[in-house]
Amino acid sequence: MLSYIFRRILQSILVLLVVGLVAFAMFTFIGDPIDNMLGQERTQDDIDRLRGELGLDQPFVVQYVKFILSALQGNFGVSYEQGRPVAQILAERAPATLELAAVSAVFALSLGVVLGVYTAIRRKGFVANLVLTLSLIGVSLPTFLIGILLIYLFSVQLDWLPSFGRGETVALGGWTTGFLTSSGLTALILPSITLGLYQMTLIMRLVRSEMMEVMRQDYIRFARARGLPERVITFRHALKNTMVPVITVTGLQLGSLIAFAIITETVFQWPGMGLLFINAIQFVDIPVMAAYLMLISVMFVGINLIVDLLYVAIDPRLRT
Amino acid sequence: MSVFHRFWDSDFAWDFRHSPVAVVSFLVALLLVLSALFAPLIATINPFEPGNLNLMNGFTAPGTQNAFTGESFILGTDDQGRDVYSTILYGMRISLFVGFAAVALGMLIGVTLGLVAGYFGGWTDAIIMRIADVQLTFPSILVAMLIFGVAKGFTPVEYRDQLAIWVLILSIGLSDWVQFARVVRGATLVEKQKEYVQAARLIGRGAMPILVRHILPNVLSPVLVIATISLALAIIAEATLSFLGVGAPSTQPSLGTLIRIGQNYLFSGEWWILFFPSATLLALALSVNLLGDWLRDALNPKLK
Repeated sequence: MLSYIFRRILQSILVLLVVGLVAFAMFTFIGDPIDNMLGQERTQDDIDRLRGELGLDQPFVVQYVKFILSALQGNFGVSYEQGRPVAQILAERAPATLELAAVSAVFALSLGVVLGVYTAIRRKGFVANLVLTLSLIGVSLPTFLIGILLIYLFSVQLDWLPSFGRGETVALGGWTTGFLTSSGLTALILPSITLGLYQMTLIMRLVRSEMMEVMRQDYIRFARARGLPERVITFRHALKNTMVPVITVTGLQLGSLIAFAIITETVFQWPGMGLLFINAIQFVDIPVMAAYLMLISVMFVGINLIVDLLYVAIDPRLRT
Repeated sequence: MSVFHRFWDSDFAWDFRHSPVAVVSFLVALLLVLSALFAPLIATINPFEPGNLNLMNGFTAPGTQNAFTGESFILGTDDQGRDVYSTILYGMRISLFVGFAAVALGMLIGVTLGLVAGYFGGWTDAIIMRIADVQLTFPSILVAMLIFGVAKGFTPVEYRDQLAIWVLILSIGLSDWVQFARVVRGATLVEKQKEYVQAARLIGRGAMPILVRHILPNVLSPVLVIATISLALAIIAEATLSFLGVGAPSTQPSLGTLIRIGQNYLFSGEWWILFFPSATLLALALSVNLLGDWLRDALNPKLK
């Protein structure tokens, strides 16, 4: 048990170091940062001085260790495009992405569970079949088309909801939030539906199949025989037992929610980290790309690690 | 009995004939692929030849006559007066080319590594599968974006637009090899225990001929299924990247680039510039996807 946890943590650290190496290799081998940072009128002296200041004249391994150490302290270098520290830019953008991902996760989880339970109970109903068919079409649609479709419907045709940006935000310390203004809240609706739709259908299908499995169990039949109302059986007895896989999948999907936010943020011009990353790719802004890569790998690896450890905690059979 | 009759009577063909979804999606996919292939013949003009364009034709609605030139276009024109119908045909060519090439690349890498990992086992297996696991931690669209960004950094600025298509193929291909490798490795592990492989080893055949001549043909049917589903995913991935502006450039637009261009006119009422490319992309992705689903059930009844 202890050795498993230890091995798993070691593995995660190794993965992060490899990702760090990839990020660092991007710095070293792609283009010359000196070219990007100094203008046309540079002298050889300027180049040598900056090379020394940035430590680019040192051996590869030394630079790599330095890179990892400074990344650990939250120092990812200076953006080639904006000329400001990457950590500062990311910190400005992070609230937008995290709020969007959080609202999408809540949307996906709540609607997914409700629709999953409904389609499992009314298995032959017309509405249930309609929901299932629509979800199949929804999954086949690329995310960006869903976003455009929603914009067309609710912004262009009906003119109910804003089609881009975060609306008005309120600054709370270093955190900007859109939760406190009405324009901020309405701006969240379309992007979070776009982002959460895929996860919602995933959770719905999972809850549905788990519920159908559980409803066949003996203890449900006994609960019915005892004369308990159907509502109590469904929610207190059956649903509770479907929650373990649902929570696991939701946890694992949190990471991809943040990754797929790249697409949603571009469609809705949402000023988050994903939009920053896309712009960084277009401008070949290596420090921003590398920092985003490292940040997102920490999230992914961390989430995977936590889910794996939770498995061990929940399922005694894995404790060998 | 001719080859055709033998095929017509096979279980596979029977299954196909009796699945309306499979027949319809096959016909739609075939129609789209053929029209992309013969685009120069059935398109009204080559929309990417600047000499063919007349800016006066810009923003003509579908089926209406242009106020200045009197010309009319079946699906309308975009901002630069390009016939939307022709841009879709040419755009679909690029989408399909990138899709097929990326899947071929992913398949080549994945099948090779899967065979090697499964057959040799040990350290080789451990290293290949560890890399696959790490890559699988990240969504493949993110991996593709990253490879695209890195490769873009390597290409000199003046060649970026010309090489963008190849970079796109490379990034999508490298992002989807893992599925192939995992399945082929699993199948190879099973096959290498079988008697025909032992017999081949006994008569002294080397590892390479055994892998290529004996094991490979026996692991191909799951590969075919994954390739079809990967094709749908690759087409969507390509469209997504191009839509985000990190894919096919506007000088060589794919369906995704066309949708990106069309999105600019969503608010000004020129809906056809956006609608027709989107509908084409949807038809393409959906038909290939459904075909892949059917193929999976037909080739492997156990999975049903």
